[in-house]
Amino acid sequence: MYRILQTLLVALSLVISAYVVGVRAADDLGALVDQLGAAKLSEMDDRISALARTGDAKVVPVLEALGEGELYQRKSDSKVFLVKSTGADLQLVDPVTGADAGTVPKAAMQKVKVNNAVRRAVRSALGGLTLFSEDTGARLKAAQSMLQTPTAEALAPIETALAAEKDATVRQVLDEARAVTLLISQRGDDEKRAAIALLSQTNGRTGLAVLTSALAGADASLKPDIEAAIDQIEQRQALWSAGQNVWYGLSLGSVLLLAAIGLAITFGVMGIINMAHGEMVMLGAYTTFLVQEVIRSSYPELFDWSLAIALPLAFLATGAVGLAIERGVIRFLYGRPLETLLATWGSSLILQQAVRSIFGPTNREVGNPSWMSGAFELGGLTITWNRLWIIVFALAVFAALLFLLKRTSMGLRMRAVTQNRRMASSMGIRTPWVDALTFALGSGIAGMAGVALSQIDNVSPNLGQGYIIDSFMVVVFGGVGNLWGTLVGAFSLGILNKFLEPYAGAVLGKILVLVLIILFIQKKPRGLFALKGRAVEA
Amino acid sequence: MITSFLMKSMDRSIVVVVAILLGLAVLVPALNLLTPPDHPLHVPTYLVSLFGKYLTYALLALALDLVWGFCGILSLGHAAFFALGGYAMGMYLMRQIGARGSYGNPLLPDFMVFLNWKELPWFWHGFDMFWFAALMVVLVPGLLAFVFGWFAFRSRVNGVYLSIITQAMTYALLLAFFRNDMGFGGNNGLTDFKDILGFNIQADGTRATLFAASALMLALCLILTAAIVRSKYGKVLIAVRDAESRTRFLGYRVEHIKLFAFTVSAMMAGIAGALYVPQVGIINPGEFEPGNSIEVVIWTAVGGRGTLIGPIVGAILVNGGKSIFTAAFPEFWLFALGGLFVLVTLFLPKGVVGTAGAYLARRRQERQARAAETPATDLAGEPMAAE
Repeated sequence: MYRILQTLLVALSLVISAYVVGVRAADDLGALVDQLGAAKLSEMDDRISALARTGDAKVVPVLEALGEGELYQRKSDSKVFLVKSTGADLQLVDPVTGADAGTVPKAAMQKVKVNNAVRRAVRSALGGLTLFSEDTGARLKAAQSMLQTPTAEALAPIETALAAEKDATVRQVLDEARAVTLLISQRGDDEKRAAIALLSQTNGRTGLAVLTSALAGADASLKPDIEAAIDQIEQRQALWSAGQNVWYGLSLGSVLLLAAIGLAITFGVMGIINMAHGEMVMLGAYTTFLVQEVIRSSYPELFDWSLAIALPLAFLATGAVGLAIERGVIRFLYGRPLETLLATWGSSLILQQAVRSIFGPTNREVGNPSWMSGAFELGGLTITWNRLWIIVFALAVFAALLFLLKRTSMGLRMRAVTQNRRMASSMGIRTPWVDALTFALGSGIAGMAGVALSQIDNVSPNLGQGYIIDSFMVVVFGGVGNLWGTLVGAFSLGILNKFLEPYAGAVLGKILVLVLIILFIQKKPRGLFALKGRAVEA
Repeated sequence: MITSFLMKSMDRSIVVVVAILLGLAVLVPALNLLTPPDHPLHVPTYLVSLFGKYLTYALLALALDLVWGFCGILSLGHAAFFALGGYAMGMYLMRQIGARGSYGNPLLPDFMVFLNWKELPWFWHGFDMFWFAALMVVLVPGLLAFVFGWFAFRSRVNGVYLSIITQAMTYALLLAFFRNDMGFGGNNGLTDFKDILGFNIQADGTRATLFAASALMLALCLILTAAIVRSKYGKVLIAVRDAESRTRFLGYRVEHIKLFAFTVSAMMAGIAGALYVPQVGIINPGEFEPGNSIEVVIWTAVGGRGTLIGPIVGAILVNGGKSIFTAAFPEFWLFALGGLFVLVTLFLPKGVVGTAGAYLARRRQERQARAAETPATDLAGEPMAAE
């Protein structure tokens, strides 16, 4: 009888164990969750870590509920449930299966207690858990957050995640995060040394901060490694910041180039001191404003195209104004450059006041199309899209202008007239018309520059005044009558300005650049790329 | 023969202007101080200061005319010399405030106390003495012009290039004086002046005296400029204007000739600024604005460049017009000023005085020709040949 009973029991236990193996995981998880209800606040940390160690995706909603205070324990059997809706009754959800577990009155349940320490533990555990998320973006985010706020506890989940990770970008961030966490953990020196070596190849701020703080508490054997790594990172950061300065310089240079390139035609090629040049830029910016106003009120879906629409319009509008100024004023003053300067200055005052009377003295808002907003990272550089597009645009305008002057019949005529007016006239070129069209071209290009500059500057009647002196500096510095000189002049002044800024401050940097240009002109009165030959004496 | 006649008439016209200025220097203060306020001939104090301001502008225009009209250097930086002279005077006036400032610091001007400065910067020392400030009014602009001109003329930067770099110079100074660290009051400049040489700067008597001083100084500078232009040196100056290379080939040191005129002109501009500041009561970096320099050019152009009286007439006409215009139609002042630039350069290249002078000269010539009853073969050109 006893034996029979024994056999039966063994058989039963076998069956049960077989069953148990099948549901073990679920059961384990359920037990672990139930333990949350019984734990004291001081024990919660361990319980949460235990849950997190399972690496099970089902843990995520449980921990989230715990953090939110939506985890309750049933008084009758101490089972812990997620709670969906909180009214007079509570709707229970099984934490493991996610199944509906009925509705009970509030009195039958007790809330699992949380405090700030628990919430913190929940957050860090969740960070580790989202490392295992299905979504690559979520994993990347989790890895980055672990890199930025490293905790020693996160090391284990990071290593687990690293073993499973396939995506290269996430791996890279995880590697860095692992190195950072390893340094603050209690691991052995060899592993730490490897981590330091890895960190020295990165340029993150966290890496540097962790290394610096690790330096204080590190063993004597590790110190030289850490110091070398810090040096390496700092050097690399200096290099990147120099790169960033070059980028800012290029960006400023492209703005200068845009502002000056029209002047390179009117002043550089034709020799007209066009003080109204800045106002042409301003008119271009206001054209953009008008185009955007029309689009906003009538065709909002075209907004991303507003700049493309504004470009030809600005070219035509400012070109027409330029034509009017040339025909009305400047053509009577050829050969009297100083008088031209005064007359065009007068024209610029009239244009400014006209715009002020029509649009008011305040700044007008010109929006950025979506493809021009935002920024992206390139290594250690932050590059904003609008700056990038302006550089591209400036170079495109430059190339187009160069093509026009060197490869078209119109350009040939322009060059002929500026080089030898009387001979060109004898050859049947109508020089007055070429003059007018050249001036209109220069003005139109200034207008196109205005479209681009409206994206980064305040659109106000004074917009042009800020550019006029800089533009003249660029053209004179680069060498009058030479488009390449203008290009080189603009970018070198831009970069010089941005490299002086960190040492001297923005204003003093600008003053220094002006003084340097003044000194440079003393040395080379005809600019960087001076024209040679007879044209010089004209 | 006609040239010498015109020379004499020019001299006479200068004598007339100097006499008018001296008369004004006596008459206006007298009418302001000695007549009761309800008297029909009474000149209110604000008008005294306003006309005093015009006279300093006239002096500035005269200074520009010396280099532009007689030497062909179009300086777009004369406002800088004017403002530097003004700042030198402003610093003297600041030091005179003493302990009467809002913070009551006996040594430091208010803005320095505000910026938490403990000591007077080195370049503020000495400005408590009038003679030192007066010296600086002339020396600082003169030195800047000398150094700037020495570099520029030696490397033969001329024409438009010179205009552009003088503009860059005043722009750089504008940016510099806007900085608080410079120690010149930054954006707000220097103001709240109390007294000058012990006299209350707001008092009618001081205002009238300042007016008289401006008129006297203008008369003095006019005589000085006339003397320079009439001298042998002045002839060379005009030669440089009209044919620089030829003058050089004749053996003259063109750069020295230009440098002298440029420096003297800057000093005169500095004096104008120094007289301007106490009458206006403020000096701030806005005076360095490149636009201001160009405006001086238009005063000179309207009056007539290359004539000595022209810039004085032009400065008073344009600024008088500005005062009336900005009061009546503030919107249209820039239209009017811009139009003036365009119209004067297009239709009145010799300016009001130059055109009138040429007209009178032609009349006189015709009369003489008729009197002599011989065809006018002697077509000696105008005294100021075109470029």
